[in-house]
Amino acid sequence: MKYPVSQHGRFSVISLTGEVDLSCSPQAREQILKCLKQGKNLLIDLSQVAYIDSSGVASLVEGFQTARKQKLDFALVGVSKAAMQVLSLARLDTVFTIYDSLDDCE
Amino acid sequence: MQRLQRIHFLSRADQLQPVRDAVRNLARQQGCSDDNLDCMVMAINEACMNVIQHAYHQVDDGEIILEFWQDSGDLVIRIYDFAEPVDRNSIRSRDLDDIRPGGLGVHLIHKVMDQIDYLDGPDGIGNLLEMRKTLGGQKQCRLKNNQEQ
Repeated sequence: MKYPVSQHGRFSVISLTGEVDLSCSPQAREQILKCLKQGKNLLIDLSQVAYIDSSGVASLVEGFQTARKQKLDFALVGVSKAAMQVLSLARLDTVFTIYDSLDDCE
Repeated sequence: MQRLQRIHFLSRADQLQPVRDAVRNLARQQGCSDDNLDCMVMAINEACMNVIQHAYHQVDDGEIILEFWQDSGDLVIRIYDFAEPVDRNSIRSRDLDDIRPGGLGVHLIHKVMDQIDYLDGPDGIGNLLEMRKTLGGQKQCRLKNNQEQ
């Protein structure tokens, strides 16, 4: 699984789609860390995520921490209801910067 | 108790999606609300993932058996593996204030299921996780209920 990467202003955008579980979260993690290694500010679009498990959430947390160490911006955008349920149960909805849509990201 | 379904699968990540699909179908047949259904799918996925990662250590030919039982108004889920018995004291969630990757699966399971028991496997072989969900119970994972749990 290779997730699409696009550009939105000063951000690179990785769009996760479908069911993000242990079978594909390693690829999501790899793409997130690769963009951050290239010094890119990063948005993770979760609008098309139908399901995400704790391995997918771990990839997001690792991206968040890596970005912070590198003084890069890292945020989630368009978080689907399914993804927000998991983030909320893990009390991570107050940790990540979350935008409703790409239009809200400057 | 009445057994509803029994599923055998191997300890591979690509088996998780068909397992989730089976859980969704069975939970719908049992009249689960959409909220309870999401909770059950999440908890069972996390539990099976823990077996793959921590009991079988990502070895992909371990056997896992998932059973669904109905007990009055409860749905009981049993997950058997045949790996080395796991130290139950090591099964715990991380502190949620300690923000780091991993360690959330056990927390998510406890957040949405009504009862969780770690038991010896049959004949002392492997591990058995039994989870119970009261259908129509209060412990649901709707966002507006999070503060109440």
